[in-house]
Amino acid sequence: MDLNKLLKAMLVALPIMAISACSSTSESETDASGSMSGTSGTEYGTGGVETGGVAPVLSPAEQQRLKLQELRREHIIYFDFDRSEVQTEFAEILEAHGTYLVEHPNVRVLIEGHADERGTPEYNIALGERRAKSVAKYLQGMGVQPSQMSIVSYGEEKPLDMSRTDEGFGKNRRAVLVY
Amino acid sequence: MKILARGLALLFVLGAWSAQAALDIVITEGVDAARPIAVVPFVWQGTGPVPQQISDVVMSDLARSGSFKPVDELALPQRDIGAVSSFSPKAWAGVTAEAAVMGAIKPYGPDQYLVTFDLVDLVKMQQQLAAGTKIPRDFLLDSRETVLSAAQFRQYGHRISDIVYEKLTGIRGAFLTRIAYVVVNHGDKSPYKLMIADYDGYNEQMLLRSPEPLMSPTWSPDGRSLAYVSFENRKAEIFIQDLYTQTRVKVSSFPGINGAPVFSPDGKKLAVTLSKDGQPEIYVIDIATKAIKRVTNHYAIDTEPAWFPDGKSLLFTSERGGKPQLYRVHLDSGKVSRMTFEGEWNLGGSITPDGRSIIMVNRTNGKFNIARMDLESRFMQVLTSTRLDESPSVAPNGTMVIYGTTHQGKQVLAAVSMDGRFKARLPVGQGEVKSPSWSPFL
Repeated sequence: MDLNKLLKAMLVALPIMAISACSSTSESETDASGSMSGTSGTEYGTGGVETGGVAPVLSPAEQQRLKLQELRREHIIYFDFDRSEVQTEFAEILEAHGTYLVEHPNVRVLIEGHADERGTPEYNIALGERRAKSVAKYLQGMGVQPSQMSIVSYGEEKPLDMSRTDEGFGKNRRAVLVY
Repeated sequence: MKILARGLALLFVLGAWSAQAALDIVITEGVDAARPIAVVPFVWQGTGPVPQQISDVVMSDLARSGSFKPVDELALPQRDIGAVSSFSPKAWAGVTAEAAVMGAIKPYGPDQYLVTFDLVDLVKMQQQLAAGTKIPRDFLLDSRETVLSAAQFRQYGHRISDIVYEKLTGIRGAFLTRIAYVVVNHGDKSPYKLMIADYDGYNEQMLLRSPEPLMSPTWSPDGRSLAYVSFENRKAEIFIQDLYTQTRVKVSSFPGINGAPVFSPDGKKLAVTLSKDGQPEIYVIDIATKAIKRVTNHYAIDTEPAWFPDGKSLLFTSERGGKPQLYRVHLDSGKVSRMTFEGEWNLGGSITPDGRSIIMVNRTNGKFNIARMDLESRFMQVLTSTRLDESPSVAPNGTMVIYGTTHQGKQVLAAVSMDGRFKARLPVGQGEVKSPSWSPFL
C-alpha cells in the first residue's frame, strides 16, 4: 500500500524531476532523460499532419527496472529525534539503491548524515555520522561493497529547513545518498 | 496589536540599521542588580570635534559587564571636570554611586593625544566628608596618563574599564578580549565565514571564508591562534590558524569525524574527537609531533572534550549511560566518572577558569538551555531562558558566558552572567551567527 502511494507520487513528480535533473545523477538517469529529450523534438512535415503513438508494453523485468530507477530518485531518508535506525518505510528506497550498487560495483556513493538543530553542534556531528553509518550498514547487508561507500557527517551545519519547527527539524534529521 | 506590530517593525528596521555598525548589545535582563557608577564625559582640550569619546567606551563596557549601571549623564553634579583636582566633594555628596570616573583628552602632537583619567571612591568620600576631610586626592582609587593615537582610543577605553572593574570588584576585567564565531549566509556561494571581533562586536574581521561548513573555533591559551573544523575538502578536518601571520596548519585529517578541538592549558596539545577507530572517541594530539593518544574507549558516542585547568583530566560528553551526560576522565589512569545526573541531557561542558564550576548545555522538558553546576556541591542552576541554546563559552575572568541561541527565527549570540541575573543579546546583520568562543586575556 505504501508502495502504491509512493509510485503514484512518483508519477506526479516524474516530469518535474526530469526537467530539474536531480543532483544525484546516475548513468541510467542520464540515459533516460537523454532519450526523452530525443523524442520531444519532432519536426512536422509540410502537409500539416501530426502523428500519435503508444508506449511499448513492458516486460516484468523492465517494469522492475523502472520501478527501482524511480525509487532511486528518492535519495533522502529521514530519522526520528536522537535515533539512527533506518525505519521500515525507507527500506524500499534503500533496497533500490542497494540493488543498483550491487549491479554496478564500480559506482560509488557518498552517504551524508545530518541532524536537526537541537543539542550541540559537535554532538550532532556524532549523531549524523551514526545515521550515515546505519545507512551504510543497511546497504552492506544487501551486498554493497564497503569500498563503494563513503560517509560524511554535517551534523546541524547544513539544514534543509530553517524554520526551527518540529516539521522543520524532521526534514533536517536525514541521510542523503549522493552519487 | 497593530501598534505592537508597527513598533516591532520599527525595532526591526532600527536593529538592521544599527547592526551594520557592529554587534550592538541589547541588555534584556538584570539592570536592576547592577551597582551605580558615575562616568563623566572626558574633557576634550583640543579644537574641532573629539576624535572619539573614550568615556563612551568605558560607559558601555561597564553597563555590559552586568555589574555596573552608569548614572545618567544629566544627573551628574559636575559634567565638565577632567581630573580630581577640579572635583568638588560637596557637589557629589548626594550622588548615589560607588565611584566616579573622569578624564581628559589633549592634543600632544600629530595624531598624538595625552589621555588622563582619575577614579574617585565616592563612598569613601561621602563618609569622610561627614567626618570633615575635604582633600579630594585622598579618595583617589587610581590615576593614569598615557600618550596614544586616535586609532588606539577604543582599546584604551577598554583598558580603563579593566582598571575600574578590577579596582571596584577585585576581579580582573575582560574588556580587552575578543570573540571568534561563525557567520553563515545560506544563500551565498561561499556561505561559511569564521569571524573575529572585539568582545563587544567592534572591529569585526574575517579570518576565513568557505563554501563548506566551518565549526567549533577555539582559542590557543596565548590568544595568538585558533583551532577549528573545516569541511573545505568535503570532509571534517582540524586546522590551526595563526591570527597574525594567517598561516594555516592541518593538524587532524583522519577518516570520519575530526571535531571538537580544544587546546590544553599549556597550549601544546589539542583534545579532539575522532571516529577513525569506529565510534567517536576522545584523543589528545601533540601539536608539535602530531602524535595521538586515545583517551576514551566505549561503543557509545564520546565527544566535546574540555580540559580541567590543571591539564590532568578532561570533561567530555558521553552517551554511555543511554543519554548524553558529562563525564570526567583522568588522563594518566584513564579512570572515568560521571559528573551530571540532573536533567534529561547535559552536554557541551567546560570548566570555569577558577576550576569550581561546569558550564554546559542542559536539556529539561525538551528545552535546551545553558546551565552551571558547582563541582563541590553538585548544585545545578539553569542560567538562560532563550531557545535552542548551544556552544557556551566562558569569559577568561569567569564572570560571563557567551553562547549561541535562536531569536526571531535566526541564530544569534547572547550572553548571561555567571549567576544568571544579567542577560544580553548581540543582534547582527546578515546571516546566522553561531559557535562563539571567548578569547583568553590578551
